Amino acid sequence: MAEILAKLEGVSRVYQKGKERVDVLHELDLEIEKGDFLALMGPSGSGKTTLLNLLGGLDKPTAGTVSVGGATLSSMSNSQLSNWRATHVGFIFQFYNLLPVLTARKNVELPLLLTNMSAKERSKRASLALEIVGLADRANHRPRELSGGQEQRVAIARAIVSDPQLLLCDEPTGDLDRSTADEILGLLRSLNADHGKTIIMVTHDAQAANYARRTLHMDKGKLETRATA
Amino acid sequence: MKYFGLIWKNAWRKKIRTSLTILSVLVAFLLFALLNAIGYAFRAGEDVSSAERLVVIHKISLINPLPISYEARIASTPGVAEVTHASWFGGYYQEKRNQFAQFPVDIKEYFALYPELIIAPEQLEAAAQNRIGTIVGHELAEQFGWKLGDRIPIQATIWTKADGGRTWEFELEGIMRSNDPRGSTAFMLFNHDYFDEARAFGKGTAGWYVLRIAPGADPVEVANAIDAQFANSPNETETSTEAAFAASFAKQFGNIAMIVQLILGAVFFTLLLVAGNTMSQSVRERIPELAVLKTLGFRDSTVLGIVLSESILIIALGGLLGLGIGWVLVQGMAQQLSASLPGVYLSPQALLLAVGIMIGAGIFAGFFPALKAMRLSIVDALARG
Repeated sequence: MAEILAKLEGVSRVYQKGKERVDVLHELDLEIEKGDFLALMGPSGSGKTTLLNLLGGLDKPTAGTVSVGGATLSSMSNSQLSNWRATHVGFIFQFYNLLPVLTARKNVELPLLLTNMSAKERSKRASLALEIVGLADRANHRPRELSGGQEQRVAIARAIVSDPQLLLCDEPTGDLDRSTADEILGLLRSLNADHGKTIIMVTHDAQAANYARRTLHMDKGKLETRATA
Repeated sequence: MKYFGLIWKNAWRKKIRTSLTILSVLVAFLLFALLNAIGYAFRAGEDVSSAERLVVIHKISLINPLPISYEARIASTPGVAEVTHASWFGGYYQEKRNQFAQFPVDIKEYFALYPELIIAPEQLEAAAQNRIGTIVGHELAEQFGWKLGDRIPIQATIWTKADGGRTWEFELEGIMRSNDPRGSTAFMLFNHDYFDEARAFGKGTAGWYVLRIAPGADPVEVANAIDAQFANSPNETETSTEAAFAASFAKQFGNIAMIVQLILGAVFFTLLLVAGNTMSQSVRERIPELAVLKTLGFRDSTVLGIVLSESILIIALGGLLGLGIGWVLVQGMAQQLSASLPGVYLSPQALLLAVGIMIGAGIFAGFFPALKAMRLSIVDALARG
């Protein structure tokens, strides 16, 4: 039996918008195995991104527990969560979220600033990550000098540079054309298959979900029973 | 230090905005340097004053002279070790812009009371012996190219001679300097006897008296005893410490310290608004980026530190440039004004204060934007971005 990397038990997330109570997630249970590539699909507002935020320690559940790699995120303080995120999880966003003032290499180096690595070692690790995503030759370019696909590759390099077990992708191809999206998805699949990364990807795109090992559907804060393998 | 690259790049995100902010900071610290150096010149007398010396002036005002006969009476007051007198001459050399201080004194007594003034003994003796002999500070000798033996005509603005003339001629017998690096000797001393004989009015008077108190004597008691002697006379006295005298002398030109403080206060208040606005805008336009940093694992306190450091960096860049330019200008000013306003000097204390202000202003300007960045909710900020 495969090892469980992430586990959600009875997780609810309620937001208060003024006087209105919004139930985003409702008593959700989920187990994700190490090495899984999971696509989360569902309509807007179904709670996909909230689930991703909980798994990445960006948000805390209103009820229930979230544990990843043996760490119970739901009981950690903010600074403990910061430390945990720095080493255990990589994030990939729809709009890349690179710092425009830094070169590709410096963007990739950002998570390593939180370690005790020397500048030389940081640069070496960033170069390696850029090489993995096929962008070694664009290391000294700034984001505005790169195409959307290249920017997303830099974002992926930034996500993997500290070698986290878990990669969380929120619509990673939502801003890309089909062929570039396929390249990015192929890269994610390679990171899953060849480098053993566990990937959870939120997407609206059924073709993107096809790259995953399995797909879960969400609606109104609950996981639907139908799952695609 | 490892965050410096990130801080530097962020600071220059909008080059024009940052440059303009740095320029405004530069101007503020340039003004700080210049005004402080000028203020220092007005305070110089206080700084180099001696605690052992008291100054006796007319109770009404420094302008009113005191009878020369007071010297002996002051000297006989218990607690007084030595006493001498001086007067304000108020002349210029060749052109009105060449104004500097000239004092008719008893040369030997004066140097005995001011041991910080250094002069070769033979020059002192020669000046005392020569009726029209004079001693000038090395600053004046350098500025006007005077050498020993030169004849120096001084045009009087107050003291006409008995013959109606306004030109007083002196012979340079000595050049003095101070052993106190803060002290200026940009003034001229000459024999009171020559002055008293030749002047058209005010004979038998002196501008003020300077005395050294005897070891162990209480300065307050000595001052009170002197003033009591002349109470209810036509020329009542007011005795104070040399520092108080120097301060009141400087205040004749206005309360320079307060003027400087008011100007600098207004300048730095504006500076805080400008820098605070820059930081506020800078943080507002990169909220998603700050959220990304937090997502990557940067702690709230680290984000706070990065934004504050950016604010301090911008102010320090402008401040150091302003101080640097100010320092160069002050050197030029000090040379140009060495005679008319000696002691123009940018002190190490003023430089330290400026650095303190830079850090304080940087923290103040960046505090609220940094707090906003620190408190940023990642989920909300990413949703907004």
